[in-house]
Amino acid sequence: MPHRLETRVLLEHAEDPKLRTIDGYRGFGGYSSLEKAYREMEADEVLKALEDSGLRGRGGAGFSMGKKASFLPRGEMAKYLCCNADESEPGAFKDRELMQRNPHQLIEGIAIAALAADAGHAFIFIRGEYDAQADILDAAVAEAYEAGYLGTDILGTHRDLELVVHRGAGAYICGEETALLDALEGKRGNPRLKPPFPAVQGLYGGPTLINNVETLSNVPGIVGKGADWFKGFGTEQSPGTKVVSVSGCVQRPGNYEVELGIPTRELIYDLAGGPEQGHEVKAFYPGGSSSPVLTAEEGLDLPYSFEAMAEAGSMLGSGSVIVADDRVSIPHMALRTARFYHHESCGKCTPCREGTNWTVKMLERVVRGEATPMDLDIVASVQENIIGHCLCVLGDSMAMPVGAMVRKFRDEFEQVMAAAGEAQEIDPHVVVQAPPETLGATPA
Amino acid sequence: MSADRESPASGFVAPGPRSLPVDPSIEEGRVPDRSAERIPELHEVDCPPDLRTRIEELMGRYPDRKSASIPALWEIQRRDGWCTPDGIRRVAAVMRVTPAYLESVASFYDLLHTEPVGTHRVAVCTNISCWMRGGDELLDAFRAAAADRDDELFVTGFECLGACDIAPMASIDERYFGPLENSDAAAAIEQLLAGGEVLPEKSLERRGLAGDGAGGEA
Repeated sequence: MPHRLETRVLLEHAEDPKLRTIDGYRGFGGYSSLEKAYREMEADEVLKALEDSGLRGRGGAGFSMGKKASFLPRGEMAKYLCCNADESEPGAFKDRELMQRNPHQLIEGIAIAALAADAGHAFIFIRGEYDAQADILDAAVAEAYEAGYLGTDILGTHRDLELVVHRGAGAYICGEETALLDALEGKRGNPRLKPPFPAVQGLYGGPTLINNVETLSNVPGIVGKGADWFKGFGTEQSPGTKVVSVSGCVQRPGNYEVELGIPTRELIYDLAGGPEQGHEVKAFYPGGSSSPVLTAEEGLDLPYSFEAMAEAGSMLGSGSVIVADDRVSIPHMALRTARFYHHESCGKCTPCREGTNWTVKMLERVVRGEATPMDLDIVASVQENIIGHCLCVLGDSMAMPVGAMVRKFRDEFEQVMAAAGEAQEIDPHVVVQAPPETLGATPA
Repeated sequence: MSADRESPASGFVAPGPRSLPVDPSIEEGRVPDRSAERIPELHEVDCPPDLRTRIEELMGRYPDRKSASIPALWEIQRRDGWCTPDGIRRVAAVMRVTPAYLESVASFYDLLHTEPVGTHRVAVCTNISCWMRGGDELLDAFRAAAADRDDELFVTGFECLGACDIAPMASIDERYFGPLENSDAAAAIEQLLAGGEVLPEKSLERRGLAGDGAGGEA
């Protein structure tokens, strides 16, 4: 049974392992939206439904999906659709759940979106680490071909769509849409200069629509039940439900599907169980490790929506909440965050390549007690000099949270520096060794 | 290295006498590997027919053959355990690209190994959420359990594997397990080496939805 605060749309029936098979999916009404779209609708009608729904991209930027699809030029040239399943943002694991439990929903969404974008070739770019999920997708795609939902002359409508599951090989940067295109073209995953945007010149130089797994998984519902049905969930500016990944210092980490606009406190405390007894939330990342951290006072009482998080100076991003309780040392968390971006920087742009490197070095000095308060100013200024100065936002993704941590927790940075300088024992974090028992186990 | 040595492979002539001692590896590194710049012919690389068929099939999935480079390197790694120079030359010959190009791709990605690694791969996540729950300590436990077994085991720390719900966790031969106790490390390594099923009760596959165990039924 779902929690009373959950609204399961994308994860409806997801507890049932049969949903993975085409028969199971069809048993719950699956592929009826695809049949409706291919048999009864024109591409423009599908596009209009997507635009009317107000569906915002679930990958991080939150841009209107219908609008993005409408940017693709019309014409006879080859067009492409890429499903971004390279979920690598620390804290995000929602696409993994969606692909693992309901692969056909994604395939149906891709097929309908390809119709709207007039794309003849679609790819699912899945991160190489998700080997089990890629196997599940491979099997589901084969079933969909067999059933005539993919391939040539789909349902006798003279429309064609090829769908390839493409496994990446381990690089966070490939989640950036232009780096994803380079990786898919068989190159090192370096981002490209924009413009031209992928909608105009993307994969193999052709117009390309790139959408996140969760965004595309929403498409069958919108086309099948209508834009108004979709707008019945969530807030006016953030319609729909969102699968939110909650992790870190909470007692029940996991994916929870909620209506956008739910109070953040309910998400962290009621759904995910909050920190262990006797501990309080100190800060949290509202949208993955790239989002500026919010303190408990700033963030807990905000509605969890794109607009509220933006107003608070952060972002909803991929919808991944990482909770730090009062035992976590913020400077160490900042260092951990910076190390990730340093490791994943592709090295193409100098501000990111050098900025992530020096940020790590300076934060290491901070936690070793070898820094002075002036170093904190330098850390902050390095972050400011990264933002907006690179081809993609990987550097910004470090600069924003690290900058926010230095700004909001400066006292703690100075305390850690002083304590480490006096060679006091510093416990960077208290290990929260209370792994929950296997929750509501389902048979494999 | 003597100053007047001539490299037979490239015709490269090392510079004259130096006043400072030079690390020989630097000199050797300057000798360009001409063979990597040229697309090898099929008869030069001894490519098994089934590998050739497989790579050709992979190329056929894409509008551009080069898109098959990562899938083809995966195939080499599956067969050889890592992206061996010989394997790369075979792929290069079939795909009609240079070995240097494929090496540039292989060296970019964390999951493609350009050096030999152990047969079984264990990646322990040490990113934010796992770190909070003891990922570093878990990595230490796995390293200790796998000590001196480099041929069979490749244990590494890894950036976020996308499974923060089961933190701290590890990917063992591409399957996810968690939440793990430090004591699970030794058990997992033992099961791996014995060829048995690894930590079945900790497998992500067996896990239900988080909300179903959260109480507060609707």
